[in-house]
Amino acid sequence: MSSLRAPIAPPGGVFQFTEMAVRKRKTEGRVRALLLALTFSLLIPLVGILGYISWQAWPALSLDFVFQNPRNYMREGGVWAPLVGTFYLVFFSLLAATPIGVLAGVYLNEYARDNWATRLINLCVVNLAGVPSIVHALFGVGAFVHFAGMGRSVLAAAFTLAVMTLPVIITSTREALAAVPMSFREACWNMGASRWQTIRTIVLPNSISGILTGIILQVSRAAGETAPILFTGAVFYVKVADQGFGYYFPYGLGDRCMALSYHLFTISTQVTGVTEAQQYATAAVLIGLVLAVNAVSISFRVYLRSKKKW
Amino acid sequence: MENSVRRRVGLRAESVMELFVYLSGWSAILFVFGIFFFIVREGAPFLVHELDLGEFFSSPNWRPDSEVRQQFGIYALLAGTLSVTALAMLLSVPLGLGAAIYISEFCDGVTKESLKIVLELLAAIPSVVWGFIGYMVMNPIIIWATGAPVGVNVLNGGIILALMSVPIIVSVGEDALKAVPDSFREAAVALGATRWQLIYRVLLPAARNGLLAAVLLGVGRAIGETMAVLMATGHSVQIPSGILDPVRTLTATIAAELGETVEGESHYQALFVIGTVLMLIAMAVNITADLVVKGIRSEERS
Repeated sequence: MSSLRAPIAPPGGVFQFTEMAVRKRKTEGRVRALLLALTFSLLIPLVGILGYISWQAWPALSLDFVFQNPRNYMREGGVWAPLVGTFYLVFFSLLAATPIGVLAGVYLNEYARDNWATRLINLCVVNLAGVPSIVHALFGVGAFVHFAGMGRSVLAAAFTLAVMTLPVIITSTREALAAVPMSFREACWNMGASRWQTIRTIVLPNSISGILTGIILQVSRAAGETAPILFTGAVFYVKVADQGFGYYFPYGLGDRCMALSYHLFTISTQVTGVTEAQQYATAAVLIGLVLAVNAVSISFRVYLRSKKKW
Repeated sequence: MENSVRRRVGLRAESVMELFVYLSGWSAILFVFGIFFFIVREGAPFLVHELDLGEFFSSPNWRPDSEVRQQFGIYALLAGTLSVTALAMLLSVPLGLGAAIYISEFCDGVTKESLKIVLELLAAIPSVVWGFIGYMVMNPIIIWATGAPVGVNVLNGGIILALMSVPIIVSVGEDALKAVPDSFREAAVALGATRWQLIYRVLLPAARNGLLAAVLLGVGRAIGETMAVLMATGHSVQIPSGILDPVRTLTATIAAELGETVEGESHYQALFVIGTVLMLIAMAVNITADLVVKGIRSEERS
């Protein structure tokens, strides 16, 4: 856009600016300043929040805080048990959502014709993405906890999160597939390959990194969500072994588990006597986890763009 | 001989695979209808036997646990949701559209990419952390600045929700501006328009639908948000008379009360009916946004 900038004449140069031109340039400058201010007012909360939380969390934050279980009604100790619970939920939800989401993306980009059924599917994907998280929780309670008989468990909570992440995985997969040039597919078809062979050997390998970027992003979303797991599997407190196998794998699929996001909610609103430093430290661990995953996804994307061959 | 067997196995595997692809493709429909089915199913007895539509939507009394007379009126909860959402939009629409215009028209290269990354990070902060910020940080600030007795209120929730819905408004809005053909810009500049005139007279009218969709998606995000409003708006079921009154939203009511109810009692079922209402609102917002965006595409084609 820099080519559109108005030419600047030297002061007292060949011609005098008309009054209108001066006015125009003044408005231009004001508008630019206003928009700049609006944009940077978005930076302030991000920097402020991250800075303030890390500053408040600093006294309590240590490796021990991350790797120790909560003790004494969560007033002491760390966040290990909830952190492992979050890993459990993220792992199983993506295990369920990834195959369905990727295959659905393949269907929409490679198989679907432009007809009413496809339009209906697209509309459903849009709507699924817009379902409020608490409604997902209600669905999880109705479908997984009660109807499927899973009870409140890791599995029910993971499935609820999976339904929530599904539409975004579908959309990002479809975009990654759409970026593969048509000529690649045509060349493969001309060799006599079938539709699925083309997808398996040409389309998927050429778009796998884009698909992965979308999935990594959903790791952070699933880790941060609280509402969908509230009534489907998250629990206030579970005693977790301090060492051995039970330390690393504390939950069974049918057990309820702690989760970092829910833990932050309970220690800041329900439990009394938790120090502020501990609350902030828990928030810092959660934000750190989520932003780290996002950073991985973003740098992956930037790297891919620089490597792009076509 | 062996070759033909292998080919037949290959074909079988391929058709099984394609069956899975088709099934997954259709799963989105299954899930949307599944969500509807299971929410309505859990709330059905209440819907059929007890629901008084007039009272449900017009009574401000939400007294599900009253022993004298249970009342299920969501008017005050609707008012809570609407007030917080309206305040959030008042703040986030100018902020979001301004930032979208700035990023799309005044930035390029590295600046543009880094601003987009900042917005992505802002969008990545989990809602429970936003709620935590509202509860722990904004709460004392609001008490100090306004002298209100409680700092968890409409103002607090509105600010938090505004910050949460800005990223989606910016990203959809920027896409809408990007979709305006460059020839429009070139024509305006050739006629001597300044950049502000170009934005105001050409880009905003041309991207009108996309920007409207951006705002609608922001509204959808704000209405559906749960944890942040649960922690930041206070807990009184009332119709707010000002931005310093605490309120309770539809989403927060479900989150706060479902844990205390027992499956099968009317309170439990009423919460599922609220869920159905929320789902309908969210669908209406999303479908409208989708149609508005489709509107631009068909106009472009013609």
